[in-house]
Amino acid sequence: MPEIKVTPLGAGQDVGRSCILVSVAGKNVMLDCGMHMGYNDDRRFPDFSYITQNGRLTDFLDCVIISHFHLDHCGALPYFSEMVGYDGPIYMTHPTKAICPILLEDYRKITVDKKGETNFFTSQMIKDCMKKVVAVHLHQTVQVDEELEIKAYYAGHVLGAAMFQIKVGCESVVYTGDYNMTPDRHLGAAWIDKCRPDLLISESTYATTIRDSKRCRERDFLKKVHETVERGGKVLIPVFALGRAQELCILLETFWERMNLKAPIYFSTGLTEKANHYYKLFITWTNQKIRKTFVQRNMFEFKHIKAFDRAFADNPGPMVVFATPGMLHAGQSLQIFRKWAGNEKNMVIMPGYCVQGTVGHKILSGQRKLEMEGRQILEVKMQVEYMSFSAHADAKGIMQLIRQAEPRSVLLVHGEAKKMEFLKQKIEQEFHVNCYMPANGETTTILTNPCIPVDISLGLLKRETAIGPLPDAKKPKLMHGTLLMKDNSFRLVSPEQALKELGLAEHQLRFTCRVHIQDPRKEHETVLRVYNHLKGILKDYSVQHLPDGSITVESILIQATAHSEDQGTKVLLVSWTYQDEELGSYLTSLLKKGLPQST
Amino acid sequence: MAAHLKKRVYEEFTKVVQQQHEDLSSKKLRLTKPSKSAALHVDLCKATSPADALQYLLQFARKPVEVESVEGVVRILLEHYYKENDASVRLKIASLLGLLSKTAGFSPDCIMDDAINTLQNEKSHQVLAQLLDTLLVIGTKLPENPSVRMRLVEVACKHLTDSSHGVRNKCLQLIGCLGPVEKGVAKEAESQAAKDVQKIIGDHFNDQDPRVRTAAIKAMLQLHERGLKLQQAIYSQACKLLADDYEQVRSAAVQLIWVLSQLYPESIVPIPSSNEEIRLVDDAFGKICHMVSDGSWVVRVQAAKLLGSMQQVSSHFLEQTLDKKLMSDLRRKRTAHERAKELYSSGEFSSGRKWGDDAPKEEIDTGAVNLIESGACGAFVHGLEDEMYEVRIAAVEALCMLAQSSPSFAEKCLDFLVDMFNDEIEEVRLQSIHTMRKISNNITLREDQLDTVLAVLEDSSRDIREALHELLCCTNVSTKEGIHLALVELLKNLTKYPTDRESIWKCLKFLGSRHPTLVLPLVPELLSTHPFFDTPEPDMDDPAYIAVLVLIFNAAKSCPTMPALFSDHTFRHYAYLRDSLSHLVPPLRLPGRKLVSSAVSPSITPHEDPSQQFLHQSLERVYSFQHLDPQGIQELLEFTIRDLQRLGELQSELAGMADFTATYLQCQLLLIKALQEKLWNVAAPLYLKQNALASTAAKQILEETYKMEFMYSGVESRQVVIIHHMRLQAKALQLIVTARTTRGVEPLFGMCEKFLQEVDSFQRCFISELPHMQGSFVDKLLDLMPRLVTSKPSEVVKILQTTLRQSTFLHLSLPEQLHRATANIIEPTGESDNPLRFTSGLVVALDVDATLEHVQDPQGTVKVQVLYPDGQAQLIHPKPADFRNPGPGRHRLITQVYLSHTAWTEPCQIEVRLLLAYNSNKSKASTRIPKSTWSESLEALPPSENGIEGTIPFSKPVKVYIMPKPARR
Repeated sequence: MPEIKVTPLGAGQDVGRSCILVSVAGKNVMLDCGMHMGYNDDRRFPDFSYITQNGRLTDFLDCVIISHFHLDHCGALPYFSEMVGYDGPIYMTHPTKAICPILLEDYRKITVDKKGETNFFTSQMIKDCMKKVVAVHLHQTVQVDEELEIKAYYAGHVLGAAMFQIKVGCESVVYTGDYNMTPDRHLGAAWIDKCRPDLLISESTYATTIRDSKRCRERDFLKKVHETVERGGKVLIPVFALGRAQELCILLETFWERMNLKAPIYFSTGLTEKANHYYKLFITWTNQKIRKTFVQRNMFEFKHIKAFDRAFADNPGPMVVFATPGMLHAGQSLQIFRKWAGNEKNMVIMPGYCVQGTVGHKILSGQRKLEMEGRQILEVKMQVEYMSFSAHADAKGIMQLIRQAEPRSVLLVHGEAKKMEFLKQKIEQEFHVNCYMPANGETTTILTNPCIPVDISLGLLKRETAIGPLPDAKKPKLMHGTLLMKDNSFRLVSPEQALKELGLAEHQLRFTCRVHIQDPRKEHETVLRVYNHLKGILKDYSVQHLPDGSITVESILIQATAHSEDQGTKVLLVSWTYQDEELGSYLTSLLKKGLPQST
Repeated sequence: MAAHLKKRVYEEFTKVVQQQHEDLSSKKLRLTKPSKSAALHVDLCKATSPADALQYLLQFARKPVEVESVEGVVRILLEHYYKENDASVRLKIASLLGLLSKTAGFSPDCIMDDAINTLQNEKSHQVLAQLLDTLLVIGTKLPENPSVRMRLVEVACKHLTDSSHGVRNKCLQLIGCLGPVEKGVAKEAESQAAKDVQKIIGDHFNDQDPRVRTAAIKAMLQLHERGLKLQQAIYSQACKLLADDYEQVRSAAVQLIWVLSQLYPESIVPIPSSNEEIRLVDDAFGKICHMVSDGSWVVRVQAAKLLGSMQQVSSHFLEQTLDKKLMSDLRRKRTAHERAKELYSSGEFSSGRKWGDDAPKEEIDTGAVNLIESGACGAFVHGLEDEMYEVRIAAVEALCMLAQSSPSFAEKCLDFLVDMFNDEIEEVRLQSIHTMRKISNNITLREDQLDTVLAVLEDSSRDIREALHELLCCTNVSTKEGIHLALVELLKNLTKYPTDRESIWKCLKFLGSRHPTLVLPLVPELLSTHPFFDTPEPDMDDPAYIAVLVLIFNAAKSCPTMPALFSDHTFRHYAYLRDSLSHLVPPLRLPGRKLVSSAVSPSITPHEDPSQQFLHQSLERVYSFQHLDPQGIQELLEFTIRDLQRLGELQSELAGMADFTATYLQCQLLLIKALQEKLWNVAAPLYLKQNALASTAAKQILEETYKMEFMYSGVESRQVVIIHHMRLQAKALQLIVTARTTRGVEPLFGMCEKFLQEVDSFQRCFISELPHMQGSFVDKLLDLMPRLVTSKPSEVVKILQTTLRQSTFLHLSLPEQLHRATANIIEPTGESDNPLRFTSGLVVALDVDATLEHVQDPQGTVKVQVLYPDGQAQLIHPKPADFRNPGPGRHRLITQVYLSHTAWTEPCQIEVRLLLAYNSNKSKASTRIPKSTWSESLEALPPSENGIEGTIPFSKPVKVYIMPKPARR
């Protein structure tokens, strides 16, 4: 039985370090190649030695697919391709290819320059790695080799995020990467057609959550910012450079535009500015509103949002500042926070989750006095708000995607084991399909039942469909033909053609049978009687009396001879080919009953 | 055969020409063109290759064919059809057959047999499909012929087994359009094929080709539209189609399900996988809701739209559409809406300060959570969050329709609608505001909801703000804080966008009159009065203060205790505002004050009668003037006109009526005055100076009649006759005056003839009204008509003069409602002392903002006129998109006018005004006359009368100070 094997090297019952090995019909594909944020040792990268102990990776893997540019999906790529050694193709979408090196470079800088690690990949390695990347368009079918093809679908989540369909022959796997089923201010919703894959590998970050409407959250966020600004306060929004930051920028930008507000909005420079250029470029990847209006104005060309300068933090009057990093643990956002924390008119809005131990986490859990380095005590008087803007599909979204794609089985990755368990149970209950959730290193085998395509000659098809009523696609249809297996291909041809191709002579198979009839009359009279009798019964068939004294019913031959010993007994010789078996046996049984008494 | 046909065609052709000769009057000459059919035949015979033939056919198709020669052409085409081997040419011929049979006035039953015959030997699927299409056209052209239709349906059924989807498609379409609808017809025909059209079409719901499936559903819908009652059995089939792979099939299936749910709302269907049963309409509702989260947005739009019209659905199903159970880490979470509600009821306003404020509370049973609820669950939540704004708009519309019919649902969907006010696309925001306004009768806004609604007041789009003002006009607010909040926000709006003044005042007017009891406790604070101290008197010109007063005065109207809280200056301001902004400030009964308006009791109805009575009485009085001497008539008319004009000023409801009457009387007065001139008694040449008065009177009457005809809405045909009659009299007067003053008879010939033609057309247009016009000018004139036609101009003039003098005054009966079109230019205000400077030769854009009332079809009629000091006038046609329609009978023009001029030495004022364009051809009279006479009369009208176009200024001119500077070199 053919099978699909899936082994997560990372992200199996876990979040971070996404890396999944899939082998479909003899083709091996690696999906994502991420790093883990939580570790600084060897565990941060997937264990590539699992793939092959001593052989070259290139020989073993047919291709690598990167779903989007987040580091937990692409962070290990230069290490994998340059340091471990892989020369095969790497596939990603155009925006991912553009933004990915920026993030990798940033990651390298932090690890090498700040933390002083050695034995890490270099800038040159990132460049070399990117040279191996093949960029794909949405819905473009890329032929990796003769049998393996991949196709990208839109996934929302971040700019350039894609779901990939991997197809070998009739077997297919869909890998979702991270995706979002509800549109946001700058990206649309994930979409897939009814591709009915054998396996759907889905992320399950929010496996047990059904989220509130996005609009409520947005409105709350805007209201809070607006109120603070009207009061003359300053708003600090710590963000990570890419993804949410752009969404919030657009949100505030449009709000400022709509409400005619004048307070300045600043964005701390660096990474983001570079990335913003790409957002401007890849308009086709954004949502409907931005795509429709970019002719008048590109939404990413912010009118109200300006670059931030260190000195602006001390300016009087209201302002809104986006600053990195997102968890207030270091850098510009922390500096600004320390300046503004003392004024109760000001506000800090945390748009995402904060890791334990960071300043962000402390203030969110309600701590009002913070101990900074140098034993300083910082009293936090400013308001602290939390607004979750996450771009993963919630439980309902995951179910919706499964419903859209109609897979034959589902495999969950990128989530916590306990939550997956719940979703797994739900999926099995709702869709009646198998659902798997392998841990890292654990191999799941899924049996498939692939259909085998057979070529049929047009002549045969037309001939066979001409018989009987219209072909109905929904019902199987019986056909007569010869199956030829030749040169690794299957063909269905008519028997004559098969014989011709195989160079075989046609053999005829005939059945003959003798029937004894008591009839004292002459032979030709007997024949005549038989003829009349048959003609009377078989009205729908052509019964002929040939001049040589034999009778044919269709292609069945009947001859009568007198019995050598007993002249009163006539022997009827009935002969038919095996194609006419039905009629032939009917005839014999008919004749065996004897002729009716003539009057 | 071919030769014979050709001969026949030629014969036909010649016959046709002869007929034309007989028919036409001898004056006109018709050129005989070579016949279409003949030309075509020659062309086709010449064609050597299929490509050539195709070219000829294409050329041929570009020109229309006369009705008479259609049949001939069809024969020729058919003849070639049989001879042609090339499928593309046959295809073109088949399509031409369809085109030809569409020709108006041609009855295609004569070619039907031939068309059906062509089907028999056709091998090409494309041509077959085209032929079936042609048959469809033929069939639709013969609606009263059931047997023909039956035959066509039979033909279609025969071809349903074709292997090409195109052919099956067309067959189904044909069956859908022509299939028998009534049972009786089917029996009569006793046809095998037509036994059950529904079953035949239903069989194709499972066709292998999605296009055929779609066509089958569409055909079914077509049958429904034509009045066939679809069987309920189709329902389960249609449900299966909802899961189809192709979006067009799903989209059509959604429609079919909707149709069925409307046909059999109450029948019971089983729920699969359980033994429960529910109403069909509920089941269908659930299924369509499910489609709101379909993969294709086309289907989503379709589904969302249809949801709105399913009003029979039970309420618990309906309310599920807004329900989306939230959960976080397997614990039930309250939605933000619920939290808002709770915070509100506990008296604390949303703090949202704590992280995990929305922390989930109760544990939920994992088994009980149904992630993909089958049925209606959360359909609207999904629809309103959809990626495509088309879907969102459709969902908002559907919400609106459902909420209008169910108050409880309206209450529930409020939160969601309020959320939509923050949509990223303006259209969606606008739509949701309008929706909210429509359901506002059913709802009362909570304070937190009001807060969100009011936040939108700062929107920079004027449309949004105005829509919101309209919404506030008809909202119910529950608390006095709510009113205060609304007022504060509106005042903020006013300072930010001063141009919204009018709209805000109006909004406050309604807000006040709707919530008098809520305003009452706010009065001292709003007027900043103090129990002991006198507070400074606020500035009367401050729009914000006026806004507050408008709110208070309107509330005071139904709250008699309120005026006690007013301070002295408030009363003074009341008197001022009542005078200056009478449309915003209602009459109040104030204690201890005898204002003129204090006589007005709260119930105005009894007061209305006297003024109406007065109007009618004064009219009656005028009509009896026949018995008075000329001097008396003039005086009476003058007094009555004065009375009426004053009445119009006082009573705004009767203004239209009074003005209309006054104008009419004015015309009559002018006519009488002109006829009493002395010039009639003296030899003409001596009184050249005097006749100036008469001719100006004639001109003025003409102008006034146009005003009467085109400026008032609600004018009925009776009045139009009288207006036209008056115009005729004025024209007669003109003729007489010219006859008196000009020497020689030549110019008079033309004028007389023209006048007589006008009398003629008048008679034709208003033939039905003539009996009511006994003793009038026209009546007498028509009696004398035979004489007039034959006599000389000088005699005509004499007759006219006497009839004009002897004719009686026609009674003007007033219609129920009569409104005068008015326009008010809000912007530019004309108060600015700063000239608008621009470089000469370049253009400057001037924003014009005006309100129009009682203007019909403003897009076509309203123009902007700019008058420069040098007398140069410029007429600008605003774009149709510049007109908005905020309410019935009201329009708003917001446009830009481009000005340019050569350099001036100093700034000067230009005038901007609005004009109402009219065209006497499109007069209201002509539309009211029965169609047949209308078209005849129009054709018969002499060209000289066609299109007297003109403009009526109907707004006060506004002066704009501009200064074109010389260009710098």
